[in-house]
Amino acid sequence: MCTYATITTSLAGSAKGPESAWFKVTDGTVYFDHPVHNMAADHTLNIDFTNPEKGPGARVAVELTAASARELAAAIEAALASAPAALTAA
Amino acid sequence: MSDSLTADTIRTSGHNADEIEIYLARPQTPGPRGGVVVIHHLPGYDRSTKEIVRHFAELGYDAAMPNLYSREGFDSSPDDAAAAARAKGGVPDEQLIGDVAASAAYLRALDSSNGKVGVIGYCSGGRQAVLSACNVGLDAAVDCYGAFVTGTPPEGFPLKVTNLVDQLPNLKCPLLGLFGNDDSYPSPAQVDELEQILSDLGKPHQFHRYDGAGHAFFSVDRPAYRPEAAVDGWEQIENFYKTNLGG
Repeated sequence: MCTYATITTSLAGSAKGPESAWFKVTDGTVYFDHPVHNMAADHTLNIDFTNPEKGPGARVAVELTAASARELAAAIEAALASAPAALTAA
Repeated sequence: MSDSLTADTIRTSGHNADEIEIYLARPQTPGPRGGVVVIHHLPGYDRSTKEIVRHFAELGYDAAMPNLYSREGFDSSPDDAAAAARAKGGVPDEQLIGDVAASAAYLRALDSSNGKVGVIGYCSGGRQAVLSACNVGLDAAVDCYGAFVTGTPPEGFPLKVTNLVDQLPNLKCPLLGLFGNDDSYPSPAQVDELEQILSDLGKPHQFHRYDGAGHAFFSVDRPAYRPEAAVDGWEQIENFYKTNLGG
């Protein structure tokens, strides 16, 4: 199915690509739906890192299987937890 | 029957007089013939759906697919445009109706037209095909596994999708429904509900349901592809349009 479900969040960061150029990331979109490229599954956890002010092409997209998305989420939490709290407060 | 066809992207006015692009495929033989509006799925105006548009031209119809994400800019790749539209909440129903109406009008204005136009949609487009058939003057509609024609979207859905139960009394043309019995959205129970409502309303319809098939069984480039269901489904579509569009 097209799940329609979409979670959006504001982000403060940078991402690389397309064309190997860095750009400022202001928004993130997370959804579990049909992939465009990762045909390992009918549905994948998709994340778009975007900057809408720069247009639809300012996007870094990832499509992960559900299991690998959970591993990524755990890895992000673990990496943040491993750093001194003073560095990750902001 | 000739299989020679042309395919092109044209621009026209859609809902609210917005400029939209339409992927148009036409047989090279003279008319008159029917037209088909193809509604793409949520991932967008992509290569696989354009192949479906050409398939309809090969079957003898003028076929048009509006880019529902035209407002995101014509230079964007289909997947980037789909992502941008999704982040904004998706395509409003009113806009969809306007773009389909414009596409149908474009097809009817072709010198090859016999005046009849059908619609077909896949996945989210299945719901939108039914929505179009309730609001636009069309001659036949095909719903391929559209979710939320009946049933209730889960709570907390960020995209504002409603079911179409209150609109079904306005269905203006025969409806062909093609569903996989392993699908959850729509579930077999939701398809039962739709079939019952249409029967109660006296709306002409025919449904075909396939064992061993789930959602998106027509998608040749996805794991969900089920050749047996897809081949039979195409035959059902061909016969349905031949009857209702004079193909």
